[in-house]
Amino acid sequence: MTATVSRKSQGGSFVSLKTAGTPPITQSGPKRPAGTLYRGREGMWSWVLHRITGVAIFFFLLVHILDTALIRVSPEAYNAVIGTYQTPIMGLGEVALVGAIAYHAYNGLRIVLIDFWSKGSKYQKVMFYVVIGLWVITMLGFVPRHLINVFSH
Amino acid sequence: MTTTIDAPRTPIRPAPKKGVNWEKWGWIYMRASGVVLVVLIFGHLFVNLMVGDGVSAIDFAFVGGKLSSPFWQWWDVAMLWLALIHGSNGMRTLVNDYSRNQTVGKILKGAIFVSAVVLIVLGTLVVFTFDPCPAGAPADLVASFCPTS
Repeated sequence: MTATVSRKSQGGSFVSLKTAGTPPITQSGPKRPAGTLYRGREGMWSWVLHRITGVAIFFFLLVHILDTALIRVSPEAYNAVIGTYQTPIMGLGEVALVGAIAYHAYNGLRIVLIDFWSKGSKYQKVMFYVVIGLWVITMLGFVPRHLINVFSH
Repeated sequence: MTTTIDAPRTPIRPAPKKGVNWEKWGWIYMRASGVVLVVLIFGHLFVNLMVGDGVSAIDFAFVGGKLSSPFWQWWDVAMLWLALIHGSNGMRTLVNDYSRNQTVGKILKGAIFVSAVVLIVLGTLVVFTFDPCPAGAPADLVASFCPTS
């Protein structure tokens, strides 16, 4: 059984999705599936990370709106809850949160460029490493300062 | 035997010929709101976590000081609406992708929709009805501009 699909991509080059689905056990032609454009490569992992960080940010957002809504209840209620955000464990959680947001932001801009920039799909792989680089720079700027704020108060 | 696989992103139902193509506008919304949210959320994180003592300086007085200014009120409300609609539409995509059972999918999407509406209404009301100097609150818990009672 072979599953072969060809389609013209937006960029104008033909994309062979020979390996969509489970690769067949016996196969005429090349022994290994020809190099996949997507699976197991930067395109796939950027997408996986985008989903995971997106879900994580969504659930934080639900909680964050509820805790901020406590300013409408009383100063004491808000301060009691926000105090739990200022503990060392939550301080590390905020590092993870900002890491997720920064990745989702930069990779989201990469997706916009892939969709709207004429050379976007050509440079999607390069842009993934630019995303990683910007993320590292962002975290280098944020993490030390944040951890000092968390652990010195 | 040859199996033909649909091209990626082939819709389950073709786009409607008449009326609004909601999936298209959802797709556009994710990108447009995403770009705006990068600015709004990075600004939010910078002001709340990087400036001054960061997270350890956040308390009722800090939020009261921020939300007494229309600038931050509108900043936060824009963030609230854009982020919740962006996030719940993203969660809807995940349910469409991973839910194998139509009933479960409908329940999950209904729950996402209801929680988004409730939180948008709640958050908007809080931002615009918030009093930074509630009567009878201890002076050391509220912003310094509050009149001392």
